[in-house]
Amino acid sequence: MRDRAVGWLGLGLVVFLAGGWWLPNWAQSLVILALGKGMVVLGLLLLMRCGLVSFGQGLYYCLGAYAAVAVGKIFRLPDSLLTSDALLMPLFGGVVAGVIAFILGFLLANYRSIFFAMLSLAFSMILYGLLIKMSVLGSSDGFNIAYSTAAGVVLRPGTHLYALYAVAAIIVFVAMLALNGYLRSHRGRLGPAIRDNELRVEYMGASVRRIVHLNYVIAAVLAGIGGGLVALSIGHIDPDLAYWTTSGEFVFVAILSGTANVAAPFAGSLLFEWIKSVAYQYTPYTWQMVLGIAMLLVIMFLPAGLWSLLGRRGRGA
Amino acid sequence: MAAILQTEGLTKRFGAVTAADDINVSIEPDTVVGLIGGNGAGKTTFINMVTGYLKPDAGTIRYAGSVITQLIPRSVTQLGICRSFQIPQLFDSLTVRDNLLAALGVVVLGGKHWASGATLASERVEAAADETLARFGLDDYRDILSGVLPEGIRKLLDIAMAMVVRPRILLLDEPTSGVSADEKFVIMDTVMAAVRANRVTILFVEHDMDIVRRYTERILAFYEGRIIADDTPDTVLDDDEVRKYVTGTTHARVTSGAGSDAAH
Repeated sequence: MRDRAVGWLGLGLVVFLAGGWWLPNWAQSLVILALGKGMVVLGLLLLMRCGLVSFGQGLYYCLGAYAAVAVGKIFRLPDSLLTSDALLMPLFGGVVAGVIAFILGFLLANYRSIFFAMLSLAFSMILYGLLIKMSVLGSSDGFNIAYSTAAGVVLRPGTHLYALYAVAAIIVFVAMLALNGYLRSHRGRLGPAIRDNELRVEYMGASVRRIVHLNYVIAAVLAGIGGGLVALSIGHIDPDLAYWTTSGEFVFVAILSGTANVAAPFAGSLLFEWIKSVAYQYTPYTWQMVLGIAMLLVIMFLPAGLWSLLGRRGRGA
Repeated sequence: MAAILQTEGLTKRFGAVTAADDINVSIEPDTVVGLIGGNGAGKTTFINMVTGYLKPDAGTIRYAGSVITQLIPRSVTQLGICRSFQIPQLFDSLTVRDNLLAALGVVVLGGKHWASGATLASERVEAAADETLARFGLDDYRDILSGVLPEGIRKLLDIAMAMVVRPRILLLDEPTSGVSADEKFVIMDTVMAAVRANRVTILFVEHDMDIVRRYTERILAFYEGRIIADDTPDTVLDDDEVRKYVTGTTHARVTSGAGSDAAH
């Protein structure tokens, strides 16, 4: 079972890397953006399997985007790989997000349902407020970021975008494999158990709090890495990354995708970004309406998300 | 033999109601004890206190000599005291087999079966789940979501989930309530056979006196938070106070062994 998943994902990675080379620049950018946001949604998938919805993943998304350069600016570090490498910057963003989530997790792991959702939203808005006030990090304007190496390799002019595309694809591949393994592990299997019945989980001798805390940290690390990737692909960051509408968009995509498979968040995210860009192009003033209708159709006809289309066919075969 | 479970002066009040009033019991290992009493007599409160769900206002609980009064349910479970529930507590969106796999997974994560110290290797989990399914006669339901199972099967699964941890003490809260009369003995026979193979001390709450008489060696009769009788089944069920307050058979004398359905 696991070998088959590795095979499929590996094949997907090869196709992705090869196909990406032929994509026009705008499409490469769109894919990187979708993969980066998909990482955040992958984290939401993990939380939703535990029965938790976070309306504050923008906190970790934004932290991941700011982390590397912010640390450089605040501590006045000389330019190094940390502030200019396409692989290292997102990974560092993930680490910072994970550390903050570990601390906040002690509080958040006590809350469920709407309280969890709103408290996580509150923390993301606190970060938004802080960033708006921090002139060293560009206040509401934010700042531009760039990268000149990927995994230590100096990039020649013209290869930057594809290098980032490859980095994003490889990171997503590793993340999907890791999370797939986790969801099938004994600890990962307790997520849906917690969603169904916390009392029983405690009476089996496991700590619900500790598992929720762990899943919260994993989700934050994924969001942090995703934020780092998106920041590099856009080349600019500002406090809006932590704004509550950003977090809301992730929840939107998570529901659109469904929680059945670790590939679903990326499929959903790609579709979302594509609809958004097409809708924006053709109906610049009503693109939100197009997205809203898409969501309505999904909820009415595919309540388990887009992935259920594949699942249904698989079961029929 | 030294007691495996012992309570001293256990007391619990909910406002004006005293749900447990100075309860002193001592349970020997490998016995099957029935807890009887009307609604609100304090049976479930007793179980909730032993498993750490409720903290007593006074008194101590000892398990194999050590005090466990202040422990939380998770810690009590890890020491080897498990329970089933009057309303089965299952993972309704998971299949029967996945319910058991989740429970067995916790045993693996803990490094050992809590009480016995026997280890459970990760590779053995699937086989252990299948063995449990067979032992509890749940084979036919393995791939069915537990949320849509008939009540009797839910009860069995609930008890099976408590058993995979291999407890030394098993508390069953009304294992046959909500189950049709002809299924009751089937359930109890299945449970007893499964449980007996592992030498477990059992305390179970039950309203059906036929079941109590048939499966227990000792009965604790509860009334208004107190234990009014504690002896062998025949002695307790013949006790005047028990007949008056619990089984309600004072006016219609029934000889031992005959049905006493009035007990419901």
